[in-house]
Amino acid sequence: MKKKITALVLALTLSLSFLLTGCGSSSDKLVLNVYNWGEYISDGSEDSLDTIKAFEEWYEENYGTDITVNYSTYASNEDMYNKISGGAVSYDVIIPSDYMIARMADEGLLQPLNFDNIPNAEYIDDSFHGLYYDPEDKYTVPYTYGVVGIIYDANVVDAQDVGSWDLMWNEKYADNILQYNNSRDAFGTAMYKLGIDVNTEDKAEWQRAADELIAQRPLVKSYVMDEIYNMMESGEAAIGSYYAGDYFTMQEAQADHVDLRFYYPEPTNFFIDAMCIPTCAQNKELAEIFINYMLSEEAAIANAEYINYASPNRIVYENEDYIEDMGEDAMEILYPDLGNFSELYNKYAYRSLSVEMLDYLNTLWETVKIN
Amino acid sequence: MKKTISNILTGLVFVFLFAPIVVLLFFSFNNSKSLSVFSGFSFRWYRELFKDRNTLEALRNTLVLAASATVISTIMGTAAAWGIDRLRSRWYRGVINTVTDIPMTNPDIITGISMMLMFVFVGRLFGAKNSLNFWTMLISHVTFCLPYVILQVLPKLKQMDRSLPEAAMDLGCTPMRAFLKVELPEMLPGIVTGAIMAFTLSLDDFVISYFTSGTGFQTLPIRIYSMTKKTVTPKMYALATIIFFVTLSLLLISNFIESSDEQKAEKKEKKRSK
Amino acid sequence: MKKHSVKSRNSSCRSALAPYSIWAFLFILVPMLFIAYYAFTDNDFRFTTENITRFFTTVSSVRADDGTLKEVHTYLLIFRRSLKLAVISTLICLLIGYPLAYRIAHAKKRTQQTMMTLIMIPMWMNFLIRTYAWMTILQDAGVFNTLISRFGLPPVRIIGTETAVIIGMVYDYLPYMVLPIYSVMTKMDNSLIEAAHDLGCGSLSVLRRVIFPLSLPGVISGITMVLIPSISTFYISQKLGNGKFFLIGDAIEGQYVANNLHFAAAMAFILMVILLVLMALVKHSTSRYVYGGDAK
Repeated sequence: MKKKITALVLALTLSLSFLLTGCGSSSDKLVLNVYNWGEYISDGSEDSLDTIKAFEEWYEENYGTDITVNYSTYASNEDMYNKISGGAVSYDVIIPSDYMIARMADEGLLQPLNFDNIPNAEYIDDSFHGLYYDPEDKYTVPYTYGVVGIIYDANVVDAQDVGSWDLMWNEKYADNILQYNNSRDAFGTAMYKLGIDVNTEDKAEWQRAADELIAQRPLVKSYVMDEIYNMMESGEAAIGSYYAGDYFTMQEAQADHVDLRFYYPEPTNFFIDAMCIPTCAQNKELAEIFINYMLSEEAAIANAEYINYASPNRIVYENEDYIEDMGEDAMEILYPDLGNFSELYNKYAYRSLSVEMLDYLNTLWETVKIN
Repeated sequence: MKKTISNILTGLVFVFLFAPIVVLLFFSFNNSKSLSVFSGFSFRWYRELFKDRNTLEALRNTLVLAASATVISTIMGTAAAWGIDRLRSRWYRGVINTVTDIPMTNPDIITGISMMLMFVFVGRLFGAKNSLNFWTMLISHVTFCLPYVILQVLPKLKQMDRSLPEAAMDLGCTPMRAFLKVELPEMLPGIVTGAIMAFTLSLDDFVISYFTSGTGFQTLPIRIYSMTKKTVTPKMYALATIIFFVTLSLLLISNFIESSDEQKAEKKEKKRSK
Repeated sequence: MKKHSVKSRNSSCRSALAPYSIWAFLFILVPMLFIAYYAFTDNDFRFTTENITRFFTTVSSVRADDGTLKEVHTYLLIFRRSLKLAVISTLICLLIGYPLAYRIAHAKKRTQQTMMTLIMIPMWMNFLIRTYAWMTILQDAGVFNTLISRFGLPPVRIIGTETAVIIGMVYDYLPYMVLPIYSVMTKMDNSLIEAAHDLGCGSLSVLRRVIFPLSLPGVISGITMVLIPSISTFYISQKLGNGKFFLIGDAIEGQYVANNLHFAAAMAFILMVILLVLMALVKHSTSRYVYGGDAK
């Protein structure tokens, strides 16, 4: 019995000291709070650059002050928006997608950047200026971009069926089709298939898209987010729509009997994820220095290679090592020749809907899900 | 015959309980990034895990949170159980018992949302910038752990002979001494089980943390959940495997210590009876 | 002397209870008021009952099995489906958990400890990871189907079915059923069982007339602790149900993600009230079967 008591006391003191050392260390240092998507930065795995660590060291070398980057991650734009808009958290740098940036800027949740602190912004391709979510280039510096496409298993899908959104509604492949498990992207596929403008505020049009999704439901094997990786890799499913760069990750891990391919249906959605500083930021200048660092050659290339999405940064996509590392096929898919990108983007991009429409959409989505 | 059948059935239940653990153990040694296609044996993900500062930080946060929630809820819960047991007022006792039941009969998602609404609202009232942080997570974890501690300690007090501490005091013990010498040892098994349960529940919780987590303090479940746009890597399986072996060896060690304790006690008994 | 110390202990019992009382008030009761407050207000915090009525009145058309369209109450349907899955999972947990707890409680002291720890250990690996591992097992070409094909059996479709969701729930919440039943059983007075045997009761009737009634409090708290989380889960249904099962937890989480806090709170409020009433009913209707209940 005595031993039990000593063990308990020991455990208590241990955990308490653990707690004290845990919280005491980060009090008087400079702290930068970064809030990003999960797995969306080069983190030092497989001999890549540990971007956060490299930034800390770089900062200490150049400014002579110790700094700690508190790096947290979120699962979706909406998760991040909920935390920030509630006013309960304060992050210095966030990396939302275009439509969410537009909404946040509208609601006054973002601060204008001081580009004097971000000289590297000049490397950003000209096509990424004056886009709808930030027409005056006040709030954002783009981080990644891409196009939504369809991934399919060439061992299951016949070549003649490939090419458009209809593949995701093809009855021949019933029980082999994956659909997004989030209302925004799922409705997007239906709207593009029907040729409806995704930015319409006409409820009847959205109802049509919902009917299309309900009609698709018996064919759908699973509504997925990250599960798409395992299901496509192992051949559990043969058709699914996802973001361009992720196709390479799947292809790399595919099973022997699976042959994954990729194409862009038309029209489709473009996305841009960009770095911004929310109004709740506590250290704006530091945040700008961080953004600037993320655009530097070292960090930008490492991140582009890690994430596998296209980079809007000239020093990345013109870098010969990067082009060689990615390979010809990947470069072709990631950087398709789109002609005038900004015009195309402003015309077709899937924007943020009004709050009332979002609520309506959510109700329609519930109907799709309970059918 | 009956015994074998029941042994087989019990065995099957344990197979069921450990099947996913075997699977994640297996895939943690996968050569590729997939969690369902095994392409060769390697320690790759273990190496990656120890290089991944953010995951290790999240693990540390999870342990810090669980340990502090356990300490606080165990101390407060034990005191509360002791108080409830002595309580004369039936009304007070009824209210306390009902309130203690609430976190257990309330779904996680409701506890999480209600906590989040309160913290955000109060934070806004005071204009706080970081109203969701480590402390709000700690508060919510302590809150859902407390009832489990109380419910483990209370029965031990009920089993105890009430006259014992009084006798001790009659014999000149101070109330504090009587508590430490007589009551605490009686309660200890309950306290230990309660503490273990609190620690386990805190480690396992995702839903409540999801709603109450805030700036700069990210626990493992939140980090894993945030991988749902990209992909959950076998790194997480490697981490789970390590946790499994650490707990298993702790279990073996504690069993070993206890059995040697028992043997010593038996020897003492024998000596005495001689 | 004695009187004095007893009295001081009485006041010290209140001071021992004080921190918890304050804590329980601040962090158990007040948050519930916030749920109610949000449930009955709109985005500008003006009083409204719209969120509550929305839960009961929203309708949508669902295609029935025979292809005809049917008008249904969206959230009531979601709730009914969640309740059904939760009740099935709870019953299975009871069916597995009760004999298991009985078996453990009648093992040697050391074995008891080891087995209880073995039941708890999986919980130390986070539940998200465990659910992920179940996906790998239950997939069409997953571990389970690979295994049974070795024995020449045809593959079965599990993932995406009700069975998969139920397996996930049973797996995750079984410990919550075993624990309370086990702890009641270890406290059971064995002389009662022996007496029943001596009086000529068969094993089955001892179980039915003595052991089961005595263990009823544990059974009830086990049922509560399994039913509640399984009715409100949202992760298991998404991952193991192939996203095709939309439960009340999914609906609440969906509204939260859509930043519709007031409606999410309203759904949470309604769910809370239903569950509290349900639990009170269970407690009330079983109390007379529990020794020391009404039989005073």
